[in-house]
Amino acid sequence: MITLRLHLPRASYQLQLEVELAGRGITVLFGPSGSGKTSVLRCVAGLERAEDALVRIGDHVWQDERAGIFLPTWQRPLGYVFQEASLFEHLDVRRNLDYGLRRSGKGTDRAARKRALDEAIELLGISALLDRRPANLSGGERQRVAIARALALRPQLLLLDEPLAAIDVARRAEILPWLERLHAELALPMLYVTHSVDELSRLADEVVVLDQGQAQAHGPLAEVMTQGALPALIGDEAAAVIEASVSAQLSEWQLLRVSLGSASMLVAPRDEVATHPVGSRLRLRIAARDVSLSLQAPTASSIQNQLTVRIVDIQPDAHPAHCLLRLQHGEHFLLARLTRKAVAELALAPGMVVWAQVKAVAVLA
Amino acid sequence: MVELDAAAWSAIWLTLKLASLTTVLLLVLATPLAWWLSQTRSRWRAPLSALVTLPLVLPPTVLGFYLLVLMGPEGALGSLTTALGWGTLSFSFGGLLIGSIIFSLPFAVQPIQHAFEAIGRRPLEVAATLRASSLDAFFSVALPLARPGLLTAAILSFAHTVGEFGVVLMIGGNIPGRTRVLSTQIYGHVEAMEYSQAHWLAAGMVLFSFLVLLSLALLRRQGGNVLR
Repeated sequence: MITLRLHLPRASYQLQLEVELAGRGITVLFGPSGSGKTSVLRCVAGLERAEDALVRIGDHVWQDERAGIFLPTWQRPLGYVFQEASLFEHLDVRRNLDYGLRRSGKGTDRAARKRALDEAIELLGISALLDRRPANLSGGERQRVAIARALALRPQLLLLDEPLAAIDVARRAEILPWLERLHAELALPMLYVTHSVDELSRLADEVVVLDQGQAQAHGPLAEVMTQGALPALIGDEAAAVIEASVSAQLSEWQLLRVSLGSASMLVAPRDEVATHPVGSRLRLRIAARDVSLSLQAPTASSIQNQLTVRIVDIQPDAHPAHCLLRLQHGEHFLLARLTRKAVAELALAPGMVVWAQVKAVAVLA
Repeated sequence: MVELDAAAWSAIWLTLKLASLTTVLLLVLATPLAWWLSQTRSRWRAPLSALVTLPLVLPPTVLGFYLLVLMGPEGALGSLTTALGWGTLSFSFGGLLIGSIIFSLPFAVQPIQHAFEAIGRRPLEVAATLRASSLDAFFSVALPLARPGLLTAAILSFAHTVGEFGVVLMIGGNIPGRTRVLSTQIYGHVEAMEYSQAHWLAAGMVLFSFLVLLSLALLRRQGGNVLR
């Protein structure tokens, strides 16, 4: 459990945050630029000192201004990955990795520290870079080294501040799988700051949506994606994220059948069908613009993913011609973006049961 | 060809000793001062920064005059050193050293301060997230990254001390073997119409200064690779 209470006056807004996070897996702090995400991270790290602050990680109090407790950054057992490459230019990769390790190992023996370092090097795939200077690394390589350097410290909490923002788009695809691997293989709780919907939907377990320094929504990813303030905030990128399990491999078509409550859908994974055994979990993203509704079961349609849904509510959308419908199928929620004209002509209203046709499903992991 | 006489060698030796000691002491003094100036948001920053730069614009004779008054038997510093049984600092090597340090202070502080400012806060924040205390981060991150600035400061302080004249004459008094350095030795030769000796020493100093500035320029051009 991570408890945060932060108040920090800023030029254009007042950061005010009080949240309790599960402290498992990746918690994404999501929001537009200038919403205070990075300030939250800096306050948690002690790089900035918030007023009346409480930062508690499990049983460890890092800061409690009411009790006069403030641990300086270097005494907090955290890892921090900065937005831009933050390697020490005067040290090679190996010495960069050693820098924190040499200073953190008071309680642990050398063999354990060496093992932590070797694991981090292996996990991020940087063993070939150890003798290089930071100046001779690509942006993606630098960021992988920076992540390994933070991980090698065996931190209680890993803080990542838009680790992909300073990397060009092509290289991002190179790093995301490493982050997904961290997520899958380590029990380490992470606070991850981003304004990218793609990173949010791929990595998050829990989400805090920030705007103007205030939490606008907070909860598990699937819930936050379809409810509250987020769908309107991300506009065109509004989407539902669904965890589903594989029920069959259709090798002939390179498709997987996934079960979704009482219904099922066909999806095309990014890699080989055979790597997804029956029963394994998949994370799917279905964009609101890729969902259409029909009053009758559609026949003779090229769209094969069809399921019955109940309309939960109808919200106005950013564009006056559109509205956003929240749909429920069993325990799962979907979003559909339709024109107001279509809603009026089909007389769609909350409570109605209709057919949803899903044109595209992105398989995230 | 004119041989350099014993007096010339004595002056050269004294000049090198003065310049080396000045450089070492300046680096020790200027580095923390430059660090403070680069980091602080105190309202004393501007006045102190101006004070440090003052020797750059003041005529050396003005600086030398005040130092002479300060170090003399009636001055604050002079009465202190007399009370401690050290005698007065004026017309001594110690006084010369203090004068040189103050005279070259801006040449040491400014390059180091600019180097610290160019590093910015980020590497120090990174060091803090890697368990380094502020002092640890200063020595393990800030100083190594500021190496080009430190090297520039050392070279400039040394060369500037070798070339000083006014301050030396005012507080040193041009005593052979004790306070007579190259610049005052040349002055003495010219006064005595010994132009050939003056030529040798003067040409030597021109060449020396040129080589110092050339090496500085070369080091700067190769920047990152050589200096780090």
